[in-house]
Amino acid sequence: MTTLGIFLSLIFESLRFFAQVPPLDFLTGLQWSPQTAMREDQAGQSGAFGAVPVFLGTLMITGVAMLVALPIGLMIAFYLAEYAPARMRAAVKPAVELLAGVPTVVYGYFALLTVGPAIRGFAEAMGFAVPTQSAVAAGAVMGIMIIPFISSLSDDVINAVPQSLRDGAYALGATKSETLLRVVFPAALPGIVGAFLLGVSRAIGETMIVVMAAGRAANLSANPFEAMTTVTVQIVAVLTGDQEFDSPKTLSAFTLGITLFVVTLILNVIALIVVRSYRDRYE
Amino acid sequence: MVNDTALKLDVGRKFSEAAAVGGAVIDLAAAKAEEKAKFVCRGVRVHYGAKEALHGVDMDVPDAGVTALIGPSGCGKSTFLRVFNRMNDTIPGARVSGSVLMDGADIYAKGVDPVLLRARVGMVFQKPNPFPKSIYENVAYGPRIHGLAASRGELDAIVEGSLKKAALWEEVKDRLKEPGTGLSGGQQQRLVIARAIAVRPEVILMDEPASALDPIATARLEELIDELRKNYCIIIVTHSMAQAARVSQKTAFFHLGDLVEFGDTRAIFTNPKDQRTQDYITGRTG
Repeated sequence: MTTLGIFLSLIFESLRFFAQVPPLDFLTGLQWSPQTAMREDQAGQSGAFGAVPVFLGTLMITGVAMLVALPIGLMIAFYLAEYAPARMRAAVKPAVELLAGVPTVVYGYFALLTVGPAIRGFAEAMGFAVPTQSAVAAGAVMGIMIIPFISSLSDDVINAVPQSLRDGAYALGATKSETLLRVVFPAALPGIVGAFLLGVSRAIGETMIVVMAAGRAANLSANPFEAMTTVTVQIVAVLTGDQEFDSPKTLSAFTLGITLFVVTLILNVIALIVVRSYRDRYE
Repeated sequence: MVNDTALKLDVGRKFSEAAAVGGAVIDLAAAKAEEKAKFVCRGVRVHYGAKEALHGVDMDVPDAGVTALIGPSGCGKSTFLRVFNRMNDTIPGARVSGSVLMDGADIYAKGVDPVLLRARVGMVFQKPNPFPKSIYENVAYGPRIHGLAASRGELDAIVEGSLKKAALWEEVKDRLKEPGTGLSGGQQQRLVIARAIAVRPEVILMDEPASALDPIATARLEELIDELRKNYCIIIVTHSMAQAARVSQKTAFFHLGDLVEFGDTRAIFTNPKDQRTQDYITGRTG
């Protein structure tokens, strides 16, 4: 019911936006600069609402985040599920899950004040000029935030793999790692994919870290060391400050919002279906 | 003792047949098998934490034929079975003491890799546990990890040969790429037997392999066991006394962690020496 309300409010505002900006321009335009004239007599921009750079920014930062979170999260899950002694597992798992409870603003500080300058310093030492705010800094820190999602869910699905499968592999003379990589991992894969997709939708929706660490400039670039912006950041950007409520600039926020909503909804649905089909197989 | 067994009451189909063929012939075969023991167990104890599950078992498992381990639930028969391929090692808190010699070598000696031992001693479990992979991949798994096949062609041959030995080839040869979990229970159990055979073990352990199967699938499995015993030393745990009587040549009766009686299956069922065995096989306990 709440979902429906949110969805409808987004739909109505989006329709008003598309009354002023053609949908095709929004979906395929390469320039995003939503500044519109504040007064009728003011000279200047009419605004450009090409959302491609914004979406690409989201994609890039999400990609970096998952590159960090997936391998580390999976390794933690493998260790906890198959190798760690019970006492170690009881201590480490909640500790890792704590990462999920850190406010994202704090991650933002961390990205802006620690990771960003560190990357810049490293790049300068290598002879490149890199801004403090970059997609890499934001993505890496976001990846750290997502690690517990991946590790905790994957750990659960690995534990749900029936012991009989492990016994079967051991009885054939498989070592622990052979059993893990060639029997347990494939069996748990659907669940791990589900965990991955949930992590992705978390990354797409993340705002605070990106505002602080990746910047607001909608650059169209394939270089992850550039400052970039994401859908969520732009929503914040166009809605803060005072302007007419029915200007295309303000309304564009809702359109971006609905796009984001649809994408994460689809990802979550896929994740749920995948996880459920996995459960059916063993119960 | 040998001669009067045939006169005793008829416990299973097998014994009436045995009586018709003549007990002496069968006993010669049994005596021959006794010459060579595959496993020599002395004072085998298994602890789970502080609890002792097996209180010192002495037993010589013959190289040829089927040895059945019977007894009421919780008597230690499955625990004892898992001694032979060191599967108890995978249970936290489990400890095995005493000596178990396989072909004269202690399998619990320092430096013995349980992983290599398990390649020689295959195991089939109570519940069929095919991997969530194709039928082909299930059988190919063992040969792959042990590097038994140098080429795709060799691997194909191993898979086909193993499935044939497990009497499953005719049913699955046209759908080797389909998931092994899609087969019926009886077929799955034969699939995991094929999977075990594929690593060329010397011994196959079976832990109540028919308990999850219907009577027809059980009958097929028993036929298969009878076929396999020509090439493998088989040790089977079963809670069905009729099954033990049908498939095994030697039977061991366990009770509360003790090996009560061990001998020729026919003798155990027709002329048990111990009162506890007598009570169990006649259905008074268990």
